[in-house]
Amino acid sequence: MSVNGDSIIEVDQLVRRFGDRAVLDGIAFNVHRGETLVIMGGSGCGKSTLLRHMIGSMKPTAGSVKLFGEEITGMKEREIERVRLRFGMLFQSGALLASLTVGENVALPLFQHTKKSPDEIEQIVKRKLEMVGLTGFEDLKPDEISGGMKKRVGLARALALDPELLFSDEPTSGLDPIMTAVVDELTLKLTKGSHMTAVVVSHDMTSAFRIATRMIMLGHGSIVAEGTPDEIRNSLNPEVQQFIHGRADGPIPLNLSQEEHKDHQLVRPRPFLGGRFRFHHKHS
Amino acid sequence: MKNYLRLNLSLLYWIFIAPFTGQFFKVAPIFRQMVFIGVRAAPMVALTAFSVGVTLAMQAAHSLQSLGAEMYIPDLVMLTLLREMGPVLIAVIVIGRSGSAVAAELGTMKVSEEIEALEVMAINPVQYLVVPRFLAMLVMLPALTIFGNYIGIMGGWAVCRFALDFNTAGYVLRALESADTWDLYSGMIKSAVFAWIVITIACNAGLNVEGGAEGVGQATTASVVQALLAMLVTNAVLTGIFFFSA
Repeated sequence: MSVNGDSIIEVDQLVRRFGDRAVLDGIAFNVHRGETLVIMGGSGCGKSTLLRHMIGSMKPTAGSVKLFGEEITGMKEREIERVRLRFGMLFQSGALLASLTVGENVALPLFQHTKKSPDEIEQIVKRKLEMVGLTGFEDLKPDEISGGMKKRVGLARALALDPELLFSDEPTSGLDPIMTAVVDELTLKLTKGSHMTAVVVSHDMTSAFRIATRMIMLGHGSIVAEGTPDEIRNSLNPEVQQFIHGRADGPIPLNLSQEEHKDHQLVRPRPFLGGRFRFHHKHS
Repeated sequence: MKNYLRLNLSLLYWIFIAPFTGQFFKVAPIFRQMVFIGVRAAPMVALTAFSVGVTLAMQAAHSLQSLGAEMYIPDLVMLTLLREMGPVLIAVIVIGRSGSAVAAELGTMKVSEEIEALEVMAINPVQYLVVPRFLAMLVMLPALTIFGNYIGIMGGWAVCRFALDFNTAGYVLRALESADTWDLYSGMIKSAVFAWIVITIACNAGLNVEGGAEGVGQATTASVVQALLAMLVTNAVLTGIFFFSA
């Protein structure tokens, strides 16, 4: 673990409730410069919610999140934009703008936030796309490329401004094993070589153990286990062992899928829907 | 409603205040939206306006002939078009065509996380998406209204020239004599106000979509219905202020 006392992210006693259900219940951890923190946990355990709090798109019920030493939970939109220039985010689906080409998507942050000339920007875009193995795809529209490619374009876009910190939401899901390795190596190169810090939410255990310098496992809204990859691998906690080896039997209760889980939290069942379901049930 | 007011405030900020702090809006996207919102709607506007002009002239002929006053047909066509039918009907076309498209486009961007991605890249969605559409609409709806007025007056001329015994010069002179510049300006003010209403309602509906494809559909429908109602009520109020109060 490369700790040099320089905390990039400090999360303290973070609580988030939807109604009276606590999805995050007193989460606390630090991420230091140059580290790669992998956050893992079953579907619906609050990983994505935690990530959304760290990028400032959700406000916590209680607790604090500090990025680069600045408290972001109470910040106004315009203040938070200043912090956001210093990090990149890769969304699970890539979240590319469908109306722009691949090249324009990667160029977007450069056009918006720098005074570089179009030629310089074109060079940077070429270089970033080359890093993710997509040379020559600049002029295609996002709906002309595959899901895995979109994700890699999303990564190139997240890296366009050479951020100090990268958040990735499942960067390797949907990629083939070779591309997974390419993306992992890129993350490693950036964190080792350029002292970028990475926070990666992942289900993919192979990839997680390959890139992580530290790992956190979430469950029931709190941290179940935390440590270096070796510590996690040798953890005596049966939940951790069940998760990293992907066994169906074990102490982790069968969760609802993430979508159902969200519905449960956000929407009260409507009476007529309940009636319809009963109707189907009776006849099936 | 709270979201709608907040959108309007932030729109005013990005148009009138932000340029003085060095964050000037880009011009190219405005022109792209002007083509999409305005230029491509021109054929539909032309057809609508021509039909309305023809209809107005035929109805006027029917009523005024029985009074022996068919010489006033151009007056009626001209005033009705400039003051009421032009701004209202062209706004209806633009709501149906461009307002719904904007709501659906922004709504789809919302549900596919594109708006969130913009925010995380520190790009303000109002500045990047709403401002160009707003300015394009504010220019193009009045422009389309002027265009539509011309075509409508041509429709009236077609009836007068070919079905009644007017000559072209007589029609044009009579039409110009009847209308005041204020008739034109009142219509322009109306269509600028309608532009504001239509585009802010459409953008607000799009940016606040929740719940996938179904949500996008509902927001699009809601934006069309709300924009139509708001536009017609505003039209009644403005007509009251312009022509009925003094």
